[in-house]
Amino acid sequence: MRQYWWKILSIVLLIYTFIAGFLVPLPYETAYLNSNLYESMRNFFFHVPMWFAQLGLITISLVYSIMYLRKPNPTYDIYATEFARTGTVFGVLGLITGAIWANYTWGAAWSNDPKQIGAAIALLIYVAYFVLRNSMPDLDKRARVAGVYNIFAYFIYIPMILILPRLTESLHPGGQGSEGNPGMGGNSLDAKLRLVFWPAVLGWLLLGAWITTLRLRVRIIEEKKHSV
Amino acid sequence: MNHILALIKKDLLLEIRQQYTFYGIVLYVASTIFVLYLAMGQPEEKVWNGLFWMIQLFICVNAVAKSFLQESQGRMLYFYTVAGARDFILSKLLFNAGLMIIMSIVSLLLFQLLLGNPLHNPVRFIGFVCLGGCSLSLVFSFLAAIAARARQGAALMAILGFPLIIPQVLLLMKMSNTAFADVIQAGLVQIILLLVALDVLVIALAVILFPFLWKD
Repeated sequence: MRQYWWKILSIVLLIYTFIAGFLVPLPYETAYLNSNLYESMRNFFFHVPMWFAQLGLITISLVYSIMYLRKPNPTYDIYATEFARTGTVFGVLGLITGAIWANYTWGAAWSNDPKQIGAAIALLIYVAYFVLRNSMPDLDKRARVAGVYNIFAYFIYIPMILILPRLTESLHPGGQGSEGNPGMGGNSLDAKLRLVFWPAVLGWLLLGAWITTLRLRVRIIEEKKHSV
Repeated sequence: MNHILALIKKDLLLEIRQQYTFYGIVLYVASTIFVLYLAMGQPEEKVWNGLFWMIQLFICVNAVAKSFLQESQGRMLYFYTVAGARDFILSKLLFNAGLMIIMSIVSLLLFQLLLGNPLHNPVRFIGFVCLGGCSLSLVFSFLAAIAARARQGAALMAILGFPLIIPQVLLLMKMSNTAFADVIQAGLVQIILLLVALDVLVIALAVILFPFLWKD
C-alpha cells in the first residue's frame, strides 16, 4: 500500500475527471454568451493538463540530469531519458488535443499561435535530445553530453515560453488580441470548474509518472541483462 | 584572465597564419548573398529583414562550428590541464562573438550593396547587428562544443540549435523592424534588455556546464 497508493489515486482522479468533466455545468457566460466554445470547453480538462504533465515530466528529467552530472550513476541517466520520453509523448497529445479544439473554435488546426509554436519547439528540442543521444555509442559519454544538453535546453526553453506569447498576438486566453476566446483566462474558471481542473492536472501527472516507471522497469532489466 | 587572453591570442594567431577559416567564411557569406541577389533582386524591407537574419543564422553555424571541431582530442586535454575548462570556454565564447560581429558587418555591407538599402536608421541597425551576431554566436559556440564532443559536424549543431535560437531570432526581428521606419517602437529598450539577459543566461549556463562536458 505504501508503494502504490499514488497509482490508485491517479485512477480515482482520472475517473473523477472523466465523469465530472463531462457532467459539470459550464458557466453560461463564458461558454455560450461571449464565445464560440460551447460544450468544447470541456476539453479544458484534457488539453491543459497535458501541458502541465509535460512540463512536470521534463522538469523531473532535468532534475535527474543534474543529479547525473553531480554523481555519475547510470540509473539517473536512464531516469532522465525516460521522463523526457514520456514528457514528449504528453507534448504530442497536448498538441493533438489542442489542434482538434482549435479546428472547431478558431477555424483552423494551426494558426501560428505563440503557444502552438512554443509547443512545437519543445517537441523539436526533445527529438534533438534523442538524436544527440543516439549519435554516441559510448555509454558514459552519451549520458554526460546528453545531460548537459538537457539542462541547457531546459533553461532556454522556459524563458522562451515566457517571452514568446508577449511578442506576438495570441488566440490563447491571456494573450494580446482578443480574436479567440477571451473568456477562458485562468481567472474565468469558476469555482466548480476549478474543482475538476486541478484534480485532473494531478491525475494526468501521476499517470505520466506511472507510465514512466513501467518503462523504467523494462529499461533497467534490459540494462542488467546486457551487463551480465 | 591572463589564460583567457592567451587562448584568444592563440586563436587569432591560428586564424592569421592559416587564413582558412576567415576567408572561407567570407567567401561563404559573399556567395550566399550573391545567390540570394540573383534569386530575389531587391526585396522589400520585411523580406530583406527576414532574409538578413536567416543568412546570419547559417553563417553563424558555419563560422562557429570550426572552433571546436578543429581541436584534436589531445590538444583539448592539453588546454584543459594548462588553462582549465572555464577559461577555455570563455575564450572561445569571446573569440566567436568577435568573429561573428565581423562577419555580420561584412554581410550587412554586402546586403546593402546587392539587395538594396531599405534602412532608415543605419546606425541603429549596425548596433542591432553587433548585438545579434553576439547572441547567435554564444548559443552556437556552446552547441558546437556539444557537437564536437559527440564527434558530429555542423548538421547536428543545426538540429540542436535551431529550436533553441528561436527566441533570439524573434527578438532580433522585432527589434530590427524599428530600423526600417522612423517610428519609435514602444518597449524597444525592454526587448534589448531581454536579449542581453538571454545572453547572460547562455554565458552562465556555458560556464557552469562546460566542465562536465569535457571531463574524461
